[in-house]
Formats: sequence, structure tokens, C-alpha cells
Amino acid sequence: MSNLTSVAYLVSSVLFILSLRGLSHPTTARRGNFYGIVGMAIAIITTVSNPGVLSYKEIAIAFVIGGLIGSVIAVRIQMTALPQLVAAFHSLVGLAAVFVAASAFYNPSAFNIGTVGNIPLGSLIEMAIGTAIGAVTFTGSIIAFGKLQGFVSGNPLVFKGQHLLNLILGLGIIALIAKFCIDQNPEYFWMIVAASFLIGVLLIVPIGGADMPVIVSMLNSYSGWAAAGIGFTLSNNLLIITGALVGSSGAILSYIMCKGMNRSFLNVLLGGFGGEQAASEGGAKDDRVAKQGNAADAAFMMKNSKTIIIVPGYGMAVAQAQHALREMGDLLKASGAEVRYAIHPVAGRMPGHMNVLLAEANVPYDEVLELDEINRDFSETDVAFVIGANDVTNPAAKTDKTSAIYGMPILDVENAGQVFFVKRGMASGYAGVQNELFFRDNTLMLFGDAKKVCEDIIKGLEN
Amino acid sequence: MSEISIQLENLSFKAQQLSDQASQLAVAAVESSGGHSDFIIFGITVLVLSCFVGYYVVWSVTPALHSPLMGVTNAISSVIIVGALLAAGPIDSTISKYFGLAAVGLAAVNIFGGFVVTNRMLSMFKKKS
Repeated sequence: MSNLTSVAYLVSSVLFILSLRGLSHPTTARRGNFYGIVGMAIAIITTVSNPGVLSYKEIAIAFVIGGLIGSVIAVRIQMTALPQLVAAFHSLVGLAAVFVAASAFYNPSAFNIGTVGNIPLGSLIEMAIGTAIGAVTFTGSIIAFGKLQGFVSGNPLVFKGQHLLNLILGLGIIALIAKFCIDQNPEYFWMIVAASFLIGVLLIVPIGGADMPVIVSMLNSYSGWAAAGIGFTLSNNLLIITGALVGSSGAILSYIMCKGMNRSFLNVLLGGFGGEQAASEGGAKDDRVAKQGNAADAAFMMKNSKTIIIVPGYGMAVAQAQHALREMGDLLKASGAEVRYAIHPVAGRMPGHMNVLLAEANVPYDEVLELDEINRDFSETDVAFVIGANDVTNPAAKTDKTSAIYGMPILDVENAGQVFFVKRGMASGYAGVQNELFFRDNTLMLFGDAKKVCEDIIKGLEN
Repeated sequence: MSEISIQLENLSFKAQQLSDQASQLAVAAVESSGGHSDFIIFGITVLVLSCFVGYYVVWSVTPALHSPLMGVTNAISSVIIVGALLAAGPIDSTISKYFGLAAVGLAAVNIFGGFVVTNRMLSMFKKKS
């Protein structure tokens, strides 16, 4: 690698770091994204000018086709479908890593790592590990995509001996890698790929739909480690640096999500949490009656409030209610109320999902606050308007040590003067725990589709 | 006729010798360039230091922008296209090259998809007017 190439790769690494750095504030974020694009352009141009790269025409065709597909999907995708889009994109990085490793194995001289059948041991190990991580990322992301999109049931799929099977498969992959390093047989390469594909599926099927934010972040992390693994094969620092950035980013996001649920990463990975079964069991036991209100009551009460905090959850995304919600917020602001939004770290199906949906509906970002920033203000708030969220407001997380969600940080909506819950029915949330708040005196349930309820309240406010 | 066949034999023998030498040189070059085994230690150094950089940079990302963060990291993890381009580079038509081209296509989907969708997200974040 010439010095010029190395310097160009270094520049592009620095630009990638700056692009993440830019995301520390919304005002600098777009510039950050631009740095990322420039960094990628430098990396591609530098690599294409490598003397070993000659088939410009074919490369251009593959690049343009891929680029067009990616752009069209990214322009058309609805913001509510972001989590599954990201999961699908991760699967592509995983598959690309497998292809690059396969290519290096069949033509090592293009990467300066010996000749066929004569690849140094170090490169073989790196290649095999990169392949395995890439393959797990590929199938794991496809299952995550299926669960988020609804192709695969969001319920956790658990069967007896599941973890034992995963363990055996994991050990099997290690044995295959050892065998592959010894005799460099292509059969073993493809067996590593097949076993990793299988373990990718098995790892994700037991995990319920609402745990997907953790999983999508985890797969994000894996796609980074796969890139870093390939970086070792190519002796390329750019890939290692970028892979480490992406890998640590995904790992930190998973950690934040786990903390937001007070669960360990291992507990999420083992799966079997939540799902419809648990939910119906939790919901059926209670025969207390919650107070039910209608949109006109809610409109009247909110019109006479000074301070309102809106707590959105996944239900708002499902109902596509963010635009109607913002309109409702605008009318309330016009009648003199202070309207703010409170976001729980695990609201939605990916980190920051709610923030993007509210931004899409033109809610200014300085009205949208995180749990730590706003939680103390509920006690001085007239109305808490919970739309499509449940578990994240459940006081049982603080009081009931036996509860599945005990210890999870919650938004203290119970301290507000009046609480509205917009829900489709009385069913409990993902964790399968009944929410005590539904039966409080200062709670009013507004049953119905989130968007419909918001529109009805808007009508009530306009009259 | 026999002369030509002898010449042919000679030629093929020489070609054989040349190819042997070339492959020996290739192995020697790998060993003397030092080096893959040296790169591993160097690479691990870079990896560990980059993890620290990643740790501090990512913690400074505001939680409101965690979705765009995933979009950007998804796009930049496609830097794997560097490997794909090298694999797709040779003129000849080998299986290795087609793997490379497929990887170029997949990575391109990600690069464009990731940056475009992130840009879409970020352009929506506005301050109170």
C-alpha cells in the first residue's frame, strides 16, 4: 500500500469520526452526515485507483445498481418503518462481509495474502471469524427484519434445549474454523457459513418484538465487527477503525436500551420475554373497572390546562398518529398551554424512534425531552397525555418487587394532575404486567385508534 | 515436427519454472513484507484505540439523534466496499471476482440507503421558530 493511499484512508477515518461527532447536536448533525459521505467517497476513489483494480465497467454497473436501489428505498420508506429498514440494511453488510471473505479465500493474491492453498494462518483465522460474524449478522438481521415488519411472528419462539443447541452449534463453528485453518478446504469454509447462518436465525427467534431495539443495536454492532474482521484480512486500518466505531456505537446503544428496561444484555439475549401469551395472562386476572372518557371530555379538560406533557409510545407509531398529535399540540399551545413531549429510552422499536417521528411531524426538537430532563416536572403538570405507551409509565416498576419490570426507570405520569391513556383496549403492555394507573381516580382512558382519538380531540378543541 | 514438439516441451518447462519462481517470490514477498504477522499486533493496537475513540464519541451523541446515529453507522460500516472493490478488481472472470462484484452491489445499497435515509431524518429536526 503506497503512502498516499494510507494517508487517504486516514483522512477518511477521521471524517467518519467527525461524522459521528457531529451527531452530538441537531444543529451540527447534517454537517456530520456530509463528512461521512465525503469520507466514503475518498475511501472508494482511493481504492478504485489501486493498480490491482481494473474492471471499472463491471464495478460501475454493480455500484450504480446498488446505489439506485438503496436511494430509492431510502427516499420512499415511511419513517414508522425505519427499524425494519435499518435491520434489512444490516443484513446486507453481513452478506457483503461473507462475499469479501469468500473472494479473498478463492483469490488471495488480490489481497496480498499468499496463494490458493497457501494462505498464512493469521489471515485464515481472521477470514473465518469475519465470515462467521458476517453470516450471523446476515440471517439474524433478516429475522429481526421479519419480526419488525410482521412477516415473522413477534412472539418469542422458545423450545426445549434451545440454548444447548446454540452452544453445540457455537462449539461446532469453532471446530470448523480450526479444521479450515489446518487444511484450507473450501468445503469447511462453506460449512462455517452454513452453521453461522443457522445460529443467526436461532439466536434471534426467541426474542420478542419489543426487545428488537436491543437486537437491532446489537446487529449494528456486529456489522461493525465484521467490517473490522475483514480489515485484518486486508491489513487495512480504515476498515478496522470504522468497524470499531460502528461496533462500539451499536454496543453502547444496546447497553442504553437494556438499562432503560433494567434488564441485563444476557437476559434479553436468552429471550422468551413478553409476547402475547404473557400479556393475556396478565390482563385477564383483573376485574376492576377503569374510568372511560371520550374525546370531548379530554378536549375540554386540556383546553383549561396550563401545562401538558405528552408521552408517546410504539402505539403512536403503529397508528401513524404523530401528525394528528402535533396538530392537537399546536391547538393547545394556541389556547395558552405549555406543551412538551417526554421520551422514554425504550419507546418505539429502535433507539430514538419517537424523536424522529415527532420531528417528521414538525415538532421542534427543543420541545422533546428525555426522561432525566423532564421526569421531575410531572408533579407540576396539569395533564399527562400518554399515547400508545404503557409499561414505561407503570409505577409497579418502583413499588412491586415481584413485577417483571421492577427496577425499570419509568416516566412518573402518575404525579400529574390528570392522566389520559390513549389505548386500543385494556390489554397490558409487552411485559405482560397490569398497569395500576388505569384504575386511579385521576386517570381517564380514551379507547380507540391513536390517530382517531387525536383527530376527535382536535374537533373538540376547535368547537 | 519433432523439433517443434521439443521446442514446445522446452517452452512449457520454462513456463513451469517461471510460475514456480513467481509463486515462491509471492510467498517470500508476503513473508518479507513482514508481514502479516506484524500487522496483527499493529491492527489490534488500532482496533483497541479506535474502540476508545468510538466510546467517547458515541456517548456524546444526544439521545434524540440515536436513530440517525444508527443510519450513519450503518452507512459507514459499508466501508467494507474497500475489500469488495479489491476483490472485484481483476480483469479475468473468476468466481472470486463475482463474489467481489456482488459485495460491491450490496455495499452500495447500504452506502446510498444509509446516507440518504439519515439525511432525510436529520432534515426533519427543527428548532422552535
